[in-house]
Amino acid sequence: MGRAPFPRVLPAYRRIMRDDDPRLPSSPGFWRSPLRGTWFTSVLGLVLLVGITVLFVTGLVSYAAYNPGLSPVNDQTPDKGILGFFLFAWPTNPYWLYRLTQGLHVTLGITLIPVLLAKLWSVVPKLFALPPARSLTHALERLSLLLLVGGGLFEFTTGVLNVQLDYVFPGSFYPLHFYGAWVFFAAFVAHAALKAPAAVRAVRRQRQEQGDLVSPRPEPATVSRRGALWFVGGASLLLFVTTAGQSIGGALRRTALLAPHGWADPGGGPGGFQINKTAAYAGIDPAETGAEAWRLVVTGRDGRTVRLSRAQLLQLPLHSSALPIACVEGWSTDDQWWRGVRLRDLAALVGYGGDPPDAFVESLQRHGAFRRAALRANQVTDPRSLLALYVNGEDLSPDHGHPARVIVPAAPGVLNTKWVARITFGDL
Amino acid sequence: MRPRPLPLGSPLPLLLPACSFALAAYAGVRLFADDWLGVALWLVGAALLHDLVLLPLYALADRAVARGLDAAGRRAWTMYVRVPAALSALLLLVWFPLISGTVDRRYRSATGLSADGFLVRWLLISAVLFGGSALLLALRVRRATKRRPPAVH
Repeated sequence: MGRAPFPRVLPAYRRIMRDDDPRLPSSPGFWRSPLRGTWFTSVLGLVLLVGITVLFVTGLVSYAAYNPGLSPVNDQTPDKGILGFFLFAWPTNPYWLYRLTQGLHVTLGITLIPVLLAKLWSVVPKLFALPPARSLTHALERLSLLLLVGGGLFEFTTGVLNVQLDYVFPGSFYPLHFYGAWVFFAAFVAHAALKAPAAVRAVRRQRQEQGDLVSPRPEPATVSRRGALWFVGGASLLLFVTTAGQSIGGALRRTALLAPHGWADPGGGPGGFQINKTAAYAGIDPAETGAEAWRLVVTGRDGRTVRLSRAQLLQLPLHSSALPIACVEGWSTDDQWWRGVRLRDLAALVGYGGDPPDAFVESLQRHGAFRRAALRANQVTDPRSLLALYVNGEDLSPDHGHPARVIVPAAPGVLNTKWVARITFGDL
Repeated sequence: MRPRPLPLGSPLPLLLPACSFALAAYAGVRLFADDWLGVALWLVGAALLHDLVLLPLYALADRAVARGLDAAGRRAWTMYVRVPAALSALLLLVWFPLISGTVDRRYRSATGLSADGFLVRWLLISAVLFGGSALLLALRVRRATKRRPPAVH
């Protein structure tokens, strides 16, 4: 009927039309924002390069702070293999070390969320680009990007949920967050090595805007690229100022309006500072902590054992130290004034005078991953390490570990065992 | 016809992912050891949920606001809606378990703190953000009207 005189031309023509159909996200014309481009993505990418590196390092440091090599009870990821290559004996100086590193880890992680979301937004057209893989290299790169994006979101999500006690993730937090971090970081390093040089060049150039991220038919701008970056920075700042107070403490705790351990302290008076797990939550039976029932069992060299009531403990030399509680969840307390018996004095009672060894501490707690904890010799030896009986001039409250709790400088909160029932000294 | 070479690409970008994949696999075996299906769902699900649900939702909402204001001849007002709305939504996204009260009981019994304040404080922050934005816009509009010569009516 005289139609279709150029049958060979049509398929190619149709293909081009389909690729350029702006109704499809595989077409560059689908993406209308005038903000997208190499410079915008590069700035966000370089912020994440620095920020995520700090997150990774402080995360590894937190693992080391648990002294996982000392005893299986301290190690939530015993199958780590070479991933624990960096472990070292955790120091007790400065006494605020864990408060700093873990406060930084959690606060920075929360602060970086807007940057992460903006970065993902800025590159989303690439997700839909066709064909899915142009070469083997390209296919591997895209698989790596799945690990990067999926792994990154996984790390941020598990972290954010864990600090809010929302344990909906599939398994225990520690192995998920630790092994997930290695999967994510493996993809992150490859991505950074491939892209960072070009990102640095793009930011140095300052010239707008090339690359396949630029929309071929942008809508009129409602904000400049710089304005959009200020917006992302402002969002980070908002999260920072409503979170950081739970780690900085003092009057600034009030400013942490939405952070789990911000805003207020529990109750008032000498025990009015943040609690990780209350006595009721830990299943502590008040009948076991009374003066009649409770005895501290201390075991040492050659099985030498002493049993001490709280009254007998109070006959021993008492010492004071001002130390914070710093939790893996990122919050911490100001320095509290603890008073009790030095751990090394307890070691001396059972045959370790002068050369305190490691210690294995057991709580009255029936359940919970850290009802038992191991302390390294340097932690036992430190004169500020106490079996505390008082805090801020009063008896410990039940929620802070009455009748006795461990307090060690720079140790993660869960190693400061509450409701202590037994301490075994000896090399672990 | 000569056989075409395999589309391998250049060697360096091939080597780097290989090392990266080796490390990811070493850690991945351990990550997937306990509940491989659950972890896989979370890893892939996180990427899919973000890329195919969260991002399209907020992009569409943003486009609706921009076009709505554009149709009303007020395109310049977009940022005064976008900024407070995005900041408020961001806070809700990050602190959803506490704000929504889904972890109320555990939070209260573990920490000894009241869980009631989070929703109220989020609403107050949102009110301040929207109120502040409206105030800035009102000031801007007033300044613009003053600058306009009175003859234009």
